[in-house]
Amino acid sequence: MHNLVKLAGRNIWRNKRRTFITSASILFAVFFSIAVTSIQKGTWDHMVDSIVHYHFGYAQIHKAGYWEDKTIDNAFDAARPLEISEGFAEVRQLVPRIESFALASYGTRTKAAMVVGIDPEKERTLTRIDTRIGTGSYFAQRDDDGAILAAGLAEYLKLNVGDTLVMISQGYHGINAAGKFPVRGIVHFGSPELNKQLLYITLEKAKWFYGTEGLITTLIVDTDAPDAIQKTVANLRQELNPEEYEVMDYKEMMPELIQAREVDTAGSYIILIVLYVIIAFGIFGTILMMLKEREYEFGLLKAIGMRTGQLNLMVWLETILLGFIGSIAGMLVALPLVYYFHINPIRLSGQMAEAYEKFGVEPLLPAAVDPSLFISQAIVIFGMITVLSFYPMLKIGALKPVSAMRS
Amino acid sequence: MENNIVIKVSDLEKIYDETAVPVHALRGVDLEIRRGEFTAIVGPSGSGKTTLLNIIGGLDRPTAGKVEVDGNDIANLSDNQLIDFRKKHIGFVFQSYNLIPVLTAKENVEFVMLLQKRSKAERDSRTRELMEAVGLADRMQNRPSELSGGQQQRVAVARALAPKPAFILADEPTANLDSKSTANLLDMMARLNKEENITFVFSTHDQRVIDRARRVVTLEDGKVLSDHSRE
Ligand SMILES: Nc1ncnc2c1ncn2[C@@H]1O[C@H](COP(=O)(O)OP(=O)(O)OP(=O)(O)O)[C@@H](O)[C@H]1O
Ligand SMILES: [Mg+2]
Repeated sequence: MHNLVKLAGRNIWRNKRRTFITSASILFAVFFSIAVTSIQKGTWDHMVDSIVHYHFGYAQIHKAGYWEDKTIDNAFDAARPLEISEGFAEVRQLVPRIESFALASYGTRTKAAMVVGIDPEKERTLTRIDTRIGTGSYFAQRDDDGAILAAGLAEYLKLNVGDTLVMISQGYHGINAAGKFPVRGIVHFGSPELNKQLLYITLEKAKWFYGTEGLITTLIVDTDAPDAIQKTVANLRQELNPEEYEVMDYKEMMPELIQAREVDTAGSYIILIVLYVIIAFGIFGTILMMLKEREYEFGLLKAIGMRTGQLNLMVWLETILLGFIGSIAGMLVALPLVYYFHINPIRLSGQMAEAYEKFGVEPLLPAAVDPSLFISQAIVIFGMITVLSFYPMLKIGALKPVSAMRS
Repeated sequence: MENNIVIKVSDLEKIYDETAVPVHALRGVDLEIRRGEFTAIVGPSGSGKTTLLNIIGGLDRPTAGKVEVDGNDIANLSDNQLIDFRKKHIGFVFQSYNLIPVLTAKENVEFVMLLQKRSKAERDSRTRELMEAVGLADRMQNRPSELSGGQQQRVAVARALAPKPAFILADEPTANLDSKSTANLLDMMARLNKEENITFVFSTHDQRVIDRARRVVTLEDGKVLSDHSRE
């Protein structure tokens, strides 16, 4: 075996120019694929991440049926989920919210607003909302009786920090809800949907306002392991009676976003597949030339006692070595570049930037530096070369020393 | 001394029938070669020398007849069994390009022993011994492209001898050599034959080579025309 590796290595070294051209084409394919998939993964991760961080979290727990019918009557007692979440190492905390609607008015203007009652401290670590306050300030204490408005909503109502907002709504089980809330701060949302209707009050005030008797509508799962969120969700479902609770991950809450990502990713996979097919033809051409040139040599090797299997292994090793040189070189070229754009994401401007901001996402294209991107390239090259080696194996199997050596 | 017979072919027929007109290359050849012989197979071009050597060497299969090599009937071996058989029993020297271009002379000689998984110590000592025997102990580290045609043929003989085969088959081993290299190679083969009792069977056109043989088998039109031994 060691012997064959040495032989294979010398053989690919024998025709340096061909080795160079072939590995350069592999280098290009690997580099290009890594660059494309890395920017793509990085960008989508960033997009999902921002949406998740801005508002939804990676997973939520509600009363069963809440997602379909988001009424305050579907509020629930958080005690049981809070208790079982203690057993989940990756779950940092469960962040409670009351989410409902209210009519918000100031002066002569009135508008329907999405009211989110938050725990100021816990929300700070989850959505970092406090860092995005444009004018005014964040809630000073747990039961602060003020409100923080999305910029679009504040503008519509012609409200400023210090003004007092009036809200009326229907509370838990039909009770009347009414209250006055001085405006503490104004926060801008990239997403126009959120920007024109979102309004924060503290969780304590929301309980009081909607009269939920301590119940909440939403528990956000704040996790240390976002990549394993599906597993966490599955485990939470095990523990929580599905008749009473529903546990949803962000993919279930935002199916359109996930679908858009899949379509986009599939598009670039097609480009990469075409690229790899072209590269595969190049490598195949190399293999054909190599077979033709070395027919005599293969005949000789068989004549003096090298078995077909050993010859096949040698040829496979030669092509794998080519693939290996090309892939490693491609990775070495890609790594610093990808890393650079990971640290210094491309910042979009103009229309592209606006489009991003529409979805509430910072217009950045960061590159992902994920070992799986590199490993999958290695697997693709390895598989491709192994498949391509079937042809020389057939040829070598059928090769007869006498006729091979006559040529 | 029946067990001294290393090659025995009887009633050998070979018809090449992949061609438009089938060629009857061997028409009933009977031949016995004993251990220690130094035999030349001669005859005009197209008389079947190469065909005969290929069949004896297990590189080609006869259309009819029997081939026994070192006491084994090789007719019914599979392709891979034949490869193993060749590796163990037969040393080949071809007309030219005998060596693997990317390996040094030493590595070429060692190659079959590596395939046979011989120990490093055994390989090293045997390789040195053989390279000395063919007079090229100082060229062990050279690649084939750095050796003359005659030197390459001598390394090929060393390579063929490495696994201690029953005999060496050489199809026109001197065809591409000048007269000095031819003489050198034959001296060396004759010496190995005499001193180590190594059996050589070679085909040739060259009268000087024929003159050195101790037995001359003449083929014509696929048949043995004459068979002379001289001492
Ligand atoms: N693969 C083949 N297919 C068809 N005919 C063949 C094949 N190999 C050899 N022959 C024919 O068989 C006959 C014997 O050929 P062979 O090569 O054995 O002769 P030879 O004595 O070695 O000749 P030379 O001295 O020219 O090398 C010739 O007529 C040749 O044309
Ligand atoms: Mg011939």
